[in-house]
Amino acid sequence: MKKNKNTRKVTIRKAPFIAIFIFFVLGAVGISLGEPSRVLEQATQICLSCIGIG
Amino acid sequence: MEFIRKWVQALFFLITNGYWSFPVSRGIYQGPLKVICSPGLNCYSCPAATSYCPLGALQQLMGGIRLALENGQFYVGFYVIGAMGILGSFVGRMICGWACPFGLFQELLHKIPSPKFGIWRPLRFIKYAMLLFMVVLLPLFAVDAFGFGQTWFCKYICPAGTLEAGLPMIILQPGLRASLGLLFLNKLVILVFFIGWAVLASRPFCRTACPLGAFYALFSKIKLVKLRLDTDRCTNCEACHDVCPMGVHFNESPEDMECISCLACTKACNFNAISLEIGGVPLAGQAPYKPPNVQLE
Repeated sequence: MKKNKNTRKVTIRKAPFIAIFIFFVLGAVGISLGEPSRVLEQATQICLSCIGIG
Repeated sequence: MEFIRKWVQALFFLITNGYWSFPVSRGIYQGPLKVICSPGLNCYSCPAATSYCPLGALQQLMGGIRLALENGQFYVGFYVIGAMGILGSFVGRMICGWACPFGLFQELLHKIPSPKFGIWRPLRFIKYAMLLFMVVLLPLFAVDAFGFGQTWFCKYICPAGTLEAGLPMIILQPGLRASLGLLFLNKLVILVFFIGWAVLASRPFCRTACPLGAFYALFSKIKLVKLRLDTDRCTNCEACHDVCPMGVHFNESPEDMECISCLACTKACNFNAISLEIGGVPLAGQAPYKPPNVQLE
């Protein structure tokens, strides 16, 4: 009896993990530079010109 | 699956817009959660917003980059781009289909009974131009006398900002009404245009103008969670064409940059040719692979 090849070889893709790692490092660099405090400062103020007022 | 997706969309809407005391405070949420990146398009000047909009934050950082560098602060957008990139690398435009409040809004509008139309496919390239020019280059290089750039996309285009922030703020703070002018009228016209278009066509803003969708689309080939096509099972019956809200022909283009992984095609396919995979590994529960015309001795 021939072997029935009902299953496919699963190949794990490396690209997404590399991309996640690169952007994780990028984000970590941003954190080390203190960017989150600047983002928080901006995001907690109403930007009137940004929303078309004033 | 569509039922689950709608609940997930509603959940993300509530999570990213969870500040429900705004009618009393008449202002926006100013707590520490706003340091977290909203996955979808969700204006941080929205009174209920609990997280920051990556597009708004990126434009602000690009616009203020000169002043920051002059002051020795290297605020060049690494944190925001890192957060966007991590989200994109994980699920790409699945965010558009599952976590974007403005995407949900357009889907609900499209349920209004009316004649339905397609969208001319080349219009999809507009959103990449929006990302490049309105979000990056213009805020970076079109600066005023003090070296400040503007938030071009938010200021002149973003209909989500008008809907979620502009309109609520002029209701909550009547004093702002005196400041309304041509700028707001321009944004209101854009919002009304996209609302009308969303009734007639599926997700027009996502397909033609959203820079955030354009950014996530760049990850369509490498994202961790994606749909895959089993070419041995696919009969090219084109059932997937009719149900796709983004106009993707999945059997012809399985890694299409427009795919938002809403899974509508997986349900429509009678041959189980479309499935979800994580990093190359098919999700558990998928029907086992059976090649056609197998004969056992």
